[in-house]
Amino acid sequence: MTGDEVAAVLAGLPALVNGREPLVNRGRFFSGEFLVEADTVPIHVKVVEGRIAAVETGPFRMRAWRFAVRAEAQAWARFWEPMPEPGYHDVIAMCRLGVARLDGDLQPLMANLRYVKEVLASPRGTLGGR
Amino acid sequence: MAVEFEPIVGRYFTVTLSGRACRIYVEEAGQGIPLLCLHTAGSDGRQYRHLMTDPAVTEHFRVIAFDLPWHGKSNPPAGFHDEEYRLTTTTYTEAILAVAEALELDRPALIGCSMGGRIVLHLAAHHADRFRALIGVECADHQTSWYDTSWLNRPDVHGGEVCAAMVSGLVAPQSPDEYRWETLWGYMQSGPGVFKGDLYFYREDSDFRDRTPLIDTTTCPLYLLTGEYDYSCTPEDTERTAAGIPGAEAVIMKEQGHFPMSENPARFREYVLPVLDKIRRAG
Repeated sequence: MTGDEVAAVLAGLPALVNGREPLVNRGRFFSGEFLVEADTVPIHVKVVEGRIAAVETGPFRMRAWRFAVRAEAQAWARFWEPMPEPGYHDVIAMCRLGVARLDGDLQPLMANLRYVKEVLASPRGTLGGR
Repeated sequence: MAVEFEPIVGRYFTVTLSGRACRIYVEEAGQGIPLLCLHTAGSDGRQYRHLMTDPAVTEHFRVIAFDLPWHGKSNPPAGFHDEEYRLTTTTYTEAILAVAEALELDRPALIGCSMGGRIVLHLAAHHADRFRALIGVECADHQTSWYDTSWLNRPDVHGGEVCAAMVSGLVAPQSPDEYRWETLWGYMQSGPGVFKGDLYFYREDSDFRDRTPLIDTTTCPLYLLTGEYDYSCTPEDTERTAAGIPGAEAVIMKEQGHFPMSENPARFREYVLPVLDKIRRAG
C-alpha cells in the first residue's frame, strides 16, 4: 500500500464513522483537526462534535492541526488487516514498535484517545481481500 | 428461587503496611495448595475470577486474590488525600509478604501478572523460601519507559477513559469482546493516579536485571507465560529474561495479550493448567 492508497482509504472515514452512533457519541465533545501521515503523504482530518466533517489529502502550504499520527504506509496497511499481527493491531502498539509516532499537542488526543483510535481503526476489515 | 452463588467468597481484614493500617479486601475459592494472585497495575483482584470458578483449579488450589491498597475494594490508607500514590519494590514486596503472613499461608504458590509478574522476579531472588512456586505472567526483568505517564492523571484528561484507552491495545484482537471490556472496565474504575502510581514501580523502580542471576529455580520453580500480542512486556522481553535464569520455563501464549486470565480465560487455562499441575505434583 502506498501513501496515496492510505489517503484513499481515509477518504472513506465520513462513511465509516458518521453512521456509527456510539462512536459519534463518544467523540461528541471533540471538535478539532488532526493529521494522519502515510510515508510522506499528509491527510488532514477535520472533526466536528464527533463527526468526520472533512478529509483532505495534501501537500498543504498552510494547514493547522493539533496532533499528528504518522506511520509508514505499509504499517497502516497491516494495521487495517482483518486480524492484524502483533504490534500492528493498535496505534499505541505501533508507536511502541517504532513504526508510528505521535506529534503536536497531545492533549486533545489523550482526552479523546478511545475515539481517535476507533476512528483510525474503522477501515479495518473493509478493504476487501486484505 | 434460590440464587446460584459463585464459589468466590470475599472478606476484609486490616494489616499494617509501612506503619499504617490498611484495610484489605481479599477473595478466595477452592481448597488445597494456596495460590496467591497479584493483579496488574491500575486494576484489582477481579481479574482472577475465572480461575476461582474453574473446578479444574479449585479442586486442588485455594485461589486467593487480594486488592492492593488503593485498588478495587481496598481503600487507600487514611491521609491519602494529601499524598501522591507511588508503589515501589519495597512497599509492593512488603504488602505481598504481609498478606501471605496475615492469612497464614504455608509456602503458597504465587501468580502475578504484569507488575505482578515483574515482582515475581524480586520474590524469586530474595524470598524464594517463602513460596513453593512462582508464576510470572507477562513478566520481564525491566522495561524502558515508552510513554509519558503524566497523561494518566491530569485534570484535562479523564483518567478512567485514558487509562482504559492506553491499555486497550494490550488486549489481543482475538479475545472475546465480553472479557475485553470487562478487563478494560477495571481500568476505567481505577482511582485517580493509581495506575500512574503503579507504573512508578513498573517503569522506574524495578529494573531487576541485577538480581535475576540470584534466582535459584531449584529452591522455587519459576514459570513465565507471556501473550504474543503484549507490546508492553513483549515475548522477546520474557524470552530474554528466561534465558538468563537457569531452569526458568517460558511459554509464549498464542492469541493472548497482556491480561490473559481476564481477557481470554478459556485460552489462558490451556496454558496455566499444565503449570498448576506441575506445581501440584511437586507437592
